[in-house]
Amino acid sequence: MALTKNEIAKRIAQELVNNTYVNLGIGIPTLVANHVPSDINVEFQSENGILGMGPFPIEGKEDADLINAGKQTITSLPGAVLFDSAVSFSMIRGNHIHLSVLGAMQVAENGDIANWKIPGKMVKGMGGAMDLVTSSNNIIVAMTHTNRQGQSKLLKRCTLPITGVSCVKKIVTDLAVIEVTSKGFKLTEVAPGVSEDEIINSTDADLTIDKNLKTMVL
Amino acid sequence: MINKTVANVDEAISGVDSNMVLMFGGFGLSGIAENCINALSKKNIKNLTCISNNAGVDDFGLGLLLKKRQIKKMISSYVGENDEFERQMLSGELEVELIPQGTLAERCRAGGAGIPAFFTPAGYGTEVQGKKEVRVFNKKKYIMEHALNADFAFVKAWKGDTLGNLIYKGTARNFNPLMAMAGKITVAEVEHLVPAGELDLNQIHTPGIFVQRIFKGSFYEKRIENRTITKA
Repeated sequence: MALTKNEIAKRIAQELVNNTYVNLGIGIPTLVANHVPSDINVEFQSENGILGMGPFPIEGKEDADLINAGKQTITSLPGAVLFDSAVSFSMIRGNHIHLSVLGAMQVAENGDIANWKIPGKMVKGMGGAMDLVTSSNNIIVAMTHTNRQGQSKLLKRCTLPITGVSCVKKIVTDLAVIEVTSKGFKLTEVAPGVSEDEIINSTDADLTIDKNLKTMVL
Repeated sequence: MINKTVANVDEAISGVDSNMVLMFGGFGLSGIAENCINALSKKNIKNLTCISNNAGVDDFGLGLLLKKRQIKKMISSYVGENDEFERQMLSGELEVELIPQGTLAERCRAGGAGIPAFFTPAGYGTEVQGKKEVRVFNKKKYIMEHALNADFAFVKAWKGDTLGNLIYKGTARNFNPLMAMAGKITVAEVEHLVPAGELDLNQIHTPGIFVQRIFKGSFYEKRIENRTITKA
């Protein structure tokens, strides 16, 4: 069975390293915050200007002056800090953020990512994504394996305008965990009940199968 | 002491004219200069170039200026929440320059700080690179980006004093301190305006030297774009 969005987020939460700073993008990445293992301590940065972001507020405590990069109302945890956009992107471009989790429309086997524009159809802009992908030490993509038309989002080359060059390290989809290596995509984990063949057939690029191929544990 | 207070929003926006370059602080609808934007939307001006991270929503924020076709060009990083914006852009009525968010912040900061240009890795190898100069530092490729300045910058703060010193609240700070530095005339609207000396000088985010006009906004809707709550 293909994973739900929450299960993708849960699998990505297993990648969190203790005592690190993490930026979560809009969409599935935001859900990662709900699945942080109890023995792991991470601080979430939101690029509009907060480090130490907490969960959504309880009803009645929403504050228009406290939002995340998805414009959602949030809370601040004890020890949180606020800053302007230039300081925020100093944290990002200056390599102070350890992990960045982003959504994507396409990822290429060399690690290129596309997630900001479909020419002639959809132009939302890149927001902070271009800064994040060129700078973070570790970039993990959270996305469905195929788009709504059933086409693979993992490709030899991106066909959409790219957001960044050779930056994605790992991709967690509803079907698989795939690492981006110097030799292209490497399948390291399959979702429970999903066959290797199904993943190969859903991927529009060569796939090396890891010797120690595992089934995801969620 | 240099008193920066003006009586009201009309005095605050006097001198804004067609064809000018305007900066607007805020992220989404958080920390936007609501009173100034409302007043500008009622003024007979057009062909504006607006520099703002976002473009508001259809009926609030910069969406109001878009609806009245007052904007010729937008310089932004993310414009996803505005249908009228998308329509004007895709039909070619509106010129749009999309730039990475960190680059936008730094271009404003640089403009206010007297730095004409800088190199950033963001956008290298993408459409953003265009014909910009590329240089290699420590084996990594960077593109040159130029500073941004504006005829007027409109910022919103939580508290301010008569000297133009400003304190922001929460994540409503965002682009406001950077754009405050980059405006030839910076207009600050605040929720609380206090006499000089009443703000704790340790807590001031924007020194009044960057602000030319300050006034207390008469009304703040402070609309929430995406209300999310935790079920108790």
